[in-house]
Amino acid sequence: MSYEFMAIEFAKVTFLFSVVMGFASILSWVERKQSALMQDRIGANRAEIFGFRLLGLFHILADGIKGFAKQDFIPPKANKVLHTIAPALGFTFAILAFAAIPFGGVYTFGETTVNLQVFDINSGLLMVFAFMSLGIYGFVLAGWASYNNYATLGGLRAGSQMISYEITMGATLIGALMIYGSVQLQEIVFYQGELLWGWLPKWGIILQPLGAILFMTAALAETKRVPFDVPEGESEIVGYFVEYSGMKFLLFFMTDFIETVLAAALTTTLFLGGWQVPYLLSDGFHFPWGGEWLLPVWIVLALQVGAFLFKVAALCFFFMFIRWTLPRFRWDQLMRLGWTIMLPLSILNIMVTALVVLLVEG
Amino acid sequence: MAIKKIEARELSFWERTYVPEVLKGVKITSRHFFRNFFVFVAQVFGLKKDKRGAETYQYPDERRPLAPRLRTLHRLTKREDGAPRCVACMMCETVCPARCIFINAGEHPNPHIEKYPTRFDIDLGLCVFCGYCVEACPEDAIRMDTGILEFSAYSREEMVMDMKKLLALSEAPPPNPQRTPPPAEEAH
Repeated sequence: MSYEFMAIEFAKVTFLFSVVMGFASILSWVERKQSALMQDRIGANRAEIFGFRLLGLFHILADGIKGFAKQDFIPPKANKVLHTIAPALGFTFAILAFAAIPFGGVYTFGETTVNLQVFDINSGLLMVFAFMSLGIYGFVLAGWASYNNYATLGGLRAGSQMISYEITMGATLIGALMIYGSVQLQEIVFYQGELLWGWLPKWGIILQPLGAILFMTAALAETKRVPFDVPEGESEIVGYFVEYSGMKFLLFFMTDFIETVLAAALTTTLFLGGWQVPYLLSDGFHFPWGGEWLLPVWIVLALQVGAFLFKVAALCFFFMFIRWTLPRFRWDQLMRLGWTIMLPLSILNIMVTALVVLLVEG
Repeated sequence: MAIKKIEARELSFWERTYVPEVLKGVKITSRHFFRNFFVFVAQVFGLKKDKRGAETYQYPDERRPLAPRLRTLHRLTKREDGAPRCVACMMCETVCPARCIFINAGEHPNPHIEKYPTRFDIDLGLCVFCGYCVEACPEDAIRMDTGILEFSAYSREEMVMDMKKLLALSEAPPPNPQRTPPPAEEAH
């Protein structure tokens, strides 16, 4: 293991971690300001440093300080160990899932080859799904360990909701995987760089429109935010984090935002072409109508990483729009949507895709 | 007893798929979002100053305009020589549903004026701001047009306004910049 290799790996991990955490904290600001604009309000703008308010961006900092300064309350009859590690569990698994997501392609600088993916694993997609499923433990444990009926209800709801939507999510992906022919996320993105009929990028949303919509809905449900925030249900049961205060509560809050970023990043990788820019190959643009525009490798790198970040940001923005547009589903409506509409549709998607793949390739 | 049966409207196929309806909702919210966003951005460059990007009044810095008929803190009006117009007829004390007005009457040295108040207290902790005292007053001696909305105290005793304070409110315009000008004197 050379120093160069270690330096590159360290840079990749640092970059991805800071991007994810940056996105998550900016999202808490976006949520305030975006909802304010949508509802003809101004939004949080009072935190100031030396007279600068910077559109309320300092509220992120103020929240952090407040979270650390608050009393850390553990209910007397709660299970202290589980109550303490539950928020960390949810958070850790949510952030680990990012490891397999490629945020850029494979680039060659002289003799070094850089693969912009933190953990290049053959079963990348399965790993992401495993971590997303493990994330449930954090929420169920939080609900159970709090020794509070409302928290337990919230934890139960979180468990059943996430399990039922994960099935839809997995079933939806089978159609996409049949086309891509790989579960390695970097290969999936490379496949989406190819062109259909010589001009249309083979993005997942073009090949699998129904799958993309179903996946996005299921991913939205995974984040446990409105309209799928039944486990939290602020107006009725408050949710699995009702007995949490201070930084532990903020950790749950951050987990929600990280999951939003994760849902956006996964949707981008699987259905929006990942870091692919249409017609941009590793040495520059090759337009289908003829004509080339060759670019040095570092500009290509910047363009593709930028494209990935832009797509993720746009999707986060869209998810936020949905979050502030729709009211919450009722519990029975949520289960009916998951089991009687989305699951059959995703199985239909598998069968139709299989038929088309058979006819085209067979 | 008449029973009215309300049938739930049958949802159409596209409504049941949620997707078009969700997009319709997003259309409405994004219309608000982008309209307000562009107003805010334009105001940074000094354009569209007459439009508001948000309905919010940032209260301590920015006060919303008060309606001219809004009932605010009371004041006692004065005669030209500075004495209170009040003749201690007790009409306001009688009509007050919250019983927050306390008047002690004294004999006025001027034979044309029968009585005058030696004490006129309003307990703001009891007042419900119904404005009946203003309507009941035959002398136009009490008004609720100061435009003052903020009065608070640390004890119940401090919430009681005595005659001196109430008269002082008629002397100079109170510090509130949004004070509505008192209406022109009318004949009663």
